[in-house]
Amino acid sequence: MSKKHFLRGLRDGIPIGLGYFAVSFGIGISAHNAHLSIFQGFLLSFLNNASSGEYGGITIIAADSGLWAIALMMLVVNARYLLMSCALSQRLSPDTPLPWRLLIAYDLTDEIFGLAIAQPGYLEVWYYFGTMCAAMPGWSIGTVLGVLMGNLMPVWAVSGCSVMLFGMFLAIIIPVGKQNRIVLGCIGVSFLCSLLASVLPFTRELSEGMRILVLTIVISAAAAILFPHKEDDLVA
Amino acid sequence: MKTYLYLFVMAATTYLIRVLPLTLIRKPIQNPFLRSFLFYVPYVTLAVMTFPAIMNATQSPIAGAAAMVIGIVAAWCGLGLLPVSLVCCATVLILEHFIV
Repeated sequence: MSKKHFLRGLRDGIPIGLGYFAVSFGIGISAHNAHLSIFQGFLLSFLNNASSGEYGGITIIAADSGLWAIALMMLVVNARYLLMSCALSQRLSPDTPLPWRLLIAYDLTDEIFGLAIAQPGYLEVWYYFGTMCAAMPGWSIGTVLGVLMGNLMPVWAVSGCSVMLFGMFLAIIIPVGKQNRIVLGCIGVSFLCSLLASVLPFTRELSEGMRILVLTIVISAAAAILFPHKEDDLVA
Repeated sequence: MKTYLYLFVMAATTYLIRVLPLTLIRKPIQNPFLRSFLFYVPYVTLAVMTFPAIMNATQSPIAGAAAMVIGIVAAWCGLGLLPVSLVCCATVLILEHFIV
């Protein structure tokens, strides 16, 4: 019985793993640009499984902004997983053992959450583990390959690949902005404020990671106060 | 060595965020401000991360800016994650061939 669910999860997780591969390749290139080693790149992705969180972390590591800064960055950029974790906890059978809960939390990503929440009734934990087994290797291997290729490729090719991650970020936010005008406004304001913060006195002295952190908190809080989001959907 | 410390703190913080509700809280977050804040964070943070960083990631800032514009248009037209990133990559490779 559990084998059937595991295989079903494996099958549903394969497209996610392939998608992860490309994104994490971009993460690997960024990690290479921040002088992380191949093993450090592997650890980064194997232990975090979060694209914006990992990129935010890389900017902190690159500027050596401090351990508190990186903890705060994770807290803010990955805070949405708190919501997803709450939502998913409602879908677990109350007798789900602790070790399984610990394992589920380990790879709670936007995509796997999306799959899990779409399942009817209580979540089959073996289905979830199947999706994890299909998705996680793509994420880690992609990152390792990104760092590796960053070391091997000529400068002009690294330059081109460096924008891949940003391209994927755009592909995530723009379609949501197209459907939700407030999100679109937030994106525009974010671009503008981020540009201003990088050139204006005082803020330009901050590292890139600190600017990301401060702007994310200020702009998201302002949007939440001015335009409370009513729908229940967490991801988009 | 410091990098490993950074990686450890990152992993620990991220894991705590994911694991605490699943093991301890188990209640939905009801506060409307917090829910809205958490809804907007991903879009705001990805936007802030992308620009102007995309212009510093390339050898020529103009190529990075062009990749951003073309990436936005491609995403607006409904292209997926990988196609958009490949279009951005191609933009930089072609432009820098002439600029740099």
